[in-house]
Amino acid sequence: MTWFISPAHAEDAAPASAPAVVPPAPTETHTEVGHEAGGKAPFPPFDTQKYPSQILWYVVFFGLLYLLMKRFLVPRLSTIVEGRAARIAGDMEEAQRLRVESDKALGTYEKALADARTSAHAIAQAGTDEAKAAAVKQRADIESSLTAKLEEAEARIGEIKAKALGDVGAIAEDAAAAVVAALSGQQPSADEVASAVSSVSAK
Amino acid sequence: MANDPIHQFHIQEYFPLGQFGGMEFHFTNSAFAMGATVAIVVGFLVLATAKRSLIPGRLQSVAELAYEFVAGTLRSSAGKEGMRFFPLVFSLFMFILVANFFGMFPYFMTATSQIIVTFALAMTVMLTVVIYGFMRHGFGFLGLFVPSGVPMAVVPLVSAIELISFLSRPISLSVRLFGNMLAGHITLKVFAGFVASMASLGAIGIGGAILPLAMTVGLTALEFLVAFLQAYIFTVLTCMYLNDALHPGH
Repeated sequence: MTWFISPAHAEDAAPASAPAVVPPAPTETHTEVGHEAGGKAPFPPFDTQKYPSQILWYVVFFGLLYLLMKRFLVPRLSTIVEGRAARIAGDMEEAQRLRVESDKALGTYEKALADARTSAHAIAQAGTDEAKAAAVKQRADIESSLTAKLEEAEARIGEIKAKALGDVGAIAEDAAAAVVAALSGQQPSADEVASAVSSVSAK
Repeated sequence: MANDPIHQFHIQEYFPLGQFGGMEFHFTNSAFAMGATVAIVVGFLVLATAKRSLIPGRLQSVAELAYEFVAGTLRSSAGKEGMRFFPLVFSLFMFILVANFFGMFPYFMTATSQIIVTFALAMTVMLTVVIYGFMRHGFGFLGLFVPSGVPMAVVPLVSAIELISFLSRPISLSVRLFGNMLAGHITLKVFAGFVASMASLGAIGIGGAILPLAMTVGLTALEFLVAFLQAYIFTVLTCMYLNDALHPGH
């Protein structure tokens, strides 16, 4: 296996091995003209004569590619690819934030609604209570005035009754005097009639 | 020569850059393939991310898919911490993937069919693992070779095995990619060569060439799968090795 590699090391080993490389130079031009004539020309990939140029150009071109990649192309590509990933992540985050915000807003709205409902309830309750109280008071007023009127009426009735009862004796005396006068034809004296009536009514 | 399946792996030197320390440097077809690969990767990613739209277009979707795919692989094996290596892992994945696909075009070189390129890729990973491992954990990184819960008597043996397996990682990593790309392209070329050589035999040959042609079509599809699969396997293994650098204790 090492025979693939040893020529490369020989080239890397620099000037020390140089004299060994120089002499076959004429053969190289020979191989260029026509390798079939030479017959002894090495299999092209193993032709150590051509190695220095190839290593040189590899270093030049690959070095150039690497430099361009590192300084210029990879940063450009990665800004595109990673930038997109970052933007997607940012958008997702923003959406999440907005969602949380809207959830919060919904919460406040619901709380406000509940508050309004309770306050409305309280106001309605207060109104009902007030109305009820007013009605009760009015009723009490009416009742008291009615009671007063009733009492007044009762007092008047009592008065009238007492007056009437007072009149009953006189009427009874008149009636008794008239009845006696009609039955006996004699006019009884007022005192007799009065005593007779009061004795009857006392019973 | 057109039918030589090895021909496609030849390094053609377009123009010399000079010598240094006795080594010759040229701009080659493999260098062109690597340069084109980097240009395609960078061009594609720049174009795809130009609009930076929140809702991706077609091109941006593909770029994002690649990003998510590699990031997911890295995260699942090395954790969130492993993302510090993302530029490296993403570079490796895109480089190998596009280099493999680039090689699927006719007349174009497959840079990943050169062992030295795949070895350089593997060494990039291993050096990152070793250097970062020592930087972060100091000598604690060597705990990687001493699994916990092993009796003292067998620790030397287990450590030796762990060390060998660690040292063989760059080899297996590079040879796997190299071997797959090489073998796939050789097979493809061999079957395509059959088509050409049988068709040149005349009427019967043309009839007979249908079979290797069908094989070539099927193998091309398979090669596209392998091109992706090898890039993925390389990436997954890289992530696992990087995880060792982050968490050396077993």
